[in-house]
Amino acid sequence: MTPRKRRRVAFAFALVVAGAGGAALVVAALKDNVLYFYSPSDIAAKHVAAGVDFRIGGLVKKGSVVKGPKARVRFVVTDGKASVPVSYDGVLPDLFREGQGVVALGALSPSHEFQATEILAKHDERYMPPEVVDALKRSGRWKEGE
Amino acid sequence: MTGEIGQVALCFALALVSVQAGAGLFGARAGAEGARAVASGAALGFFAFVALAFGALTYGFVTADFSILDVAQNSHTLKPLIYKISGVWGNHEGSMLLWIFVLSLYSALMTLAARGGARLTSAALGVQGLVGAAFVLFILFTSDPFKRVDPMPLEGAGLNPLLQDPGLAMHPPMLYLGYVGLSASFAYAAAALITGDAERQWARAARPFMLAAWIALTLGITLGSWWAYYVLGWGGFWFWDPVENAALMPWLVATALLHSSLATERTGAFRLWSLLLAIAGFSLSLIGTFLVRSGVLASVHAFANDPERGAVILIMLGAAIGGALALFAWRAPKLEGGAEFEPASRETMLLLNNLLLCFAVTVVLFGTLYPLALRALTGEMISVGAPYFAMLFAPAFVALLVLVPFGPRLSWRNGNLPDAWRGLLPALGAAGVAGIAVLAIARPVSLAAAGAFSLAFWVIGASAIDFWRKRQARMLNGQSLASVLAHAGLGITLLGITGATLWRSEAVDVLSPGQTLSVADYSLRFDGVEPAQGPNYQASRAIIEIRKSDRLLGVVTPEKRIYPAEGQEVSNTSIRTNGFSDLYVALGDERGGGRWSVRAFVNPLAPFIWLGGAVMALGGFVRLWRGVAVRVVRLAPAE
Repeated sequence: MTPRKRRRVAFAFALVVAGAGGAALVVAALKDNVLYFYSPSDIAAKHVAAGVDFRIGGLVKKGSVVKGPKARVRFVVTDGKASVPVSYDGVLPDLFREGQGVVALGALSPSHEFQATEILAKHDERYMPPEVVDALKRSGRWKEGE
Repeated sequence: MTGEIGQVALCFALALVSVQAGAGLFGARAGAEGARAVASGAALGFFAFVALAFGALTYGFVTADFSILDVAQNSHTLKPLIYKISGVWGNHEGSMLLWIFVLSLYSALMTLAARGGARLTSAALGVQGLVGAAFVLFILFTSDPFKRVDPMPLEGAGLNPLLQDPGLAMHPPMLYLGYVGLSASFAYAAAALITGDAERQWARAARPFMLAAWIALTLGITLGSWWAYYVLGWGGFWFWDPVENAALMPWLVATALLHSSLATERTGAFRLWSLLLAIAGFSLSLIGTFLVRSGVLASVHAFANDPERGAVILIMLGAAIGGALALFAWRAPKLEGGAEFEPASRETMLLLNNLLLCFAVTVVLFGTLYPLALRALTGEMISVGAPYFAMLFAPAFVALLVLVPFGPRLSWRNGNLPDAWRGLLPALGAAGVAGIAVLAIARPVSLAAAGAFSLAFWVIGASAIDFWRKRQARMLNGQSLASVLAHAGLGITLLGITGATLWRSEAVDVLSPGQTLSVADYSLRFDGVEPAQGPNYQASRAIIEIRKSDRLLGVVTPEKRIYPAEGQEVSNTSIRTNGFSDLYVALGDERGGGRWSVRAFVNPLAPFIWLGGAVMALGGFVRLWRGVAVRVVRLAPAE
């Protein structure tokens, strides 16, 4: 092998090793940081453990929103079949409404209350998060054109 | 009338861009001068007619012509003029028309600049024409902006109030100038493969367009991030939202391309690699267009959830990427291999830069597409959390920033590493002092912050040294000034990100009038809410007096606005900045009895995030300006 060729082979080898290392990193990081999405029915069916972060989505049950003490907000998320109580400390997004779709990020407490760290803002009132549409379809509560 | 003019102009544009594609590709053959002239004429005509169509739609929006469906659905008579204009691209149809307008603008500029020889220009116009024809067809068949509505409504439905913001009015045109501008590099790369004899010229020919696209993308992303910061009321500036990622990926590839093509122009190194990057850059732009415009993602950018449109964009995406890669596989083996270089050389640094940037792109691409792929394949719905991106992005950028200062001080082919080290010692000193100072002064003690400050001062210090050294040697040209500014901008942004993430303070509470909220060393006294009237909204305006260690600083007035036309509520945050630190106050919801929830942040160094972006863009602009100026001077004696 000429020196030039040897260097090329070494370079190609280094590139393959670096590529494999990078791919392994991506896969490992992805595995640890995936957030699942569950509807209230899923939570009942799948026995989601307390303390595991996930996203919940559904409709804010009418008449369920209780504000206070302080900046605490409690409400119930429902997909028509099952419902889950949610509590959140903070400022609600502008488009948060009773009877409307909502997606929240957080984890279940040991008492099976969902403690939200983030309520995802909808950007447009005509818009319904696709996950919520899907969850409502599965529970049979979605009517086209609604 | 306006609608008909626009529609007819679009049909003419389709005819001309088809001619541009055919004649341009035919003109790539030796001796086909006639076809080349036709392609040039068609490209200019294409631009003129798309401009006419775009002008017609803008006129429709400004005059509130509600007989056009698109105007009726997205405008309102009470909207201020600037938002009537920005409403043109604040919807699916209009934004696609803006897309094609920018493409035709680049086509016209490529024709006028005629860089890299007649054959290369002709082939590039041909490729650009193919892309243009596909998108005009897409507009005419699935997203006609000039569709009529009968009977004509008396009032429009209005524009999403979140989009009624001066920063966001400029964000889409900037982003498109960048996104779509990458089509020029793509077209020149494909043209080099088609003609087979422009291994180095193409990179030189594409450079001003590459730079323009990069500058616009940098500014577009900076504006978008700034908007998210002050409009969404979360106090954050980057959310690793798929839509943000869709803009970040082309930017990362464009940055890699700007660097690798430097070597291609200069020594002929990385010829094939640069071609691939040019193809990848525009491919990612198309993927971004698909993600944002097809409605597969939930965001403010998803105007319409029409699966048919998504499918058509997906087909165009496949054709463009597949076609370009097939062309590459077919022609690339015939091109000569790259030039040789020693391990300690500028080429090696550019290679490392490219590897790290490509790793970063891969990380973002996987994180963005994995949830979509999983949902399509198994129906399982997941999302990828921000920690994934931060975990992988941070090490790649740390390595990148450690290496950045070496690039400009190693020479081409065979550099002197010990010399480079000696020159960088003052920057190393600055980095050490910055790190120690942060550890000594800043509380809470954070090793991450100290490391980030060292890194930022290492990069900024090296840029300053470069500036002085080149100035004294009278070697400060557009290229070196651009590298000084762009690299320093990176360091400035890093300072901002560090401050705003590691040292931020946050406080939330429900306040009655007269009560105070403390955040960091500020105290905010809530003096109640008063009604206020805007041009097309009613607001509840909070009066909040701010003091810092008992010194009165003034009053901030965050608002909650209700837009009756759109029936939507939007918060308007108040940000008080001294250039180094932001006090950020958002008004929450009413809690009865005059009590309101109030959220406040202190974000130290936050303004540096966007200042850094602006400095980076300025670097690109300096290079572009010098390049254009030199060209004009060179042309002048010949005329």
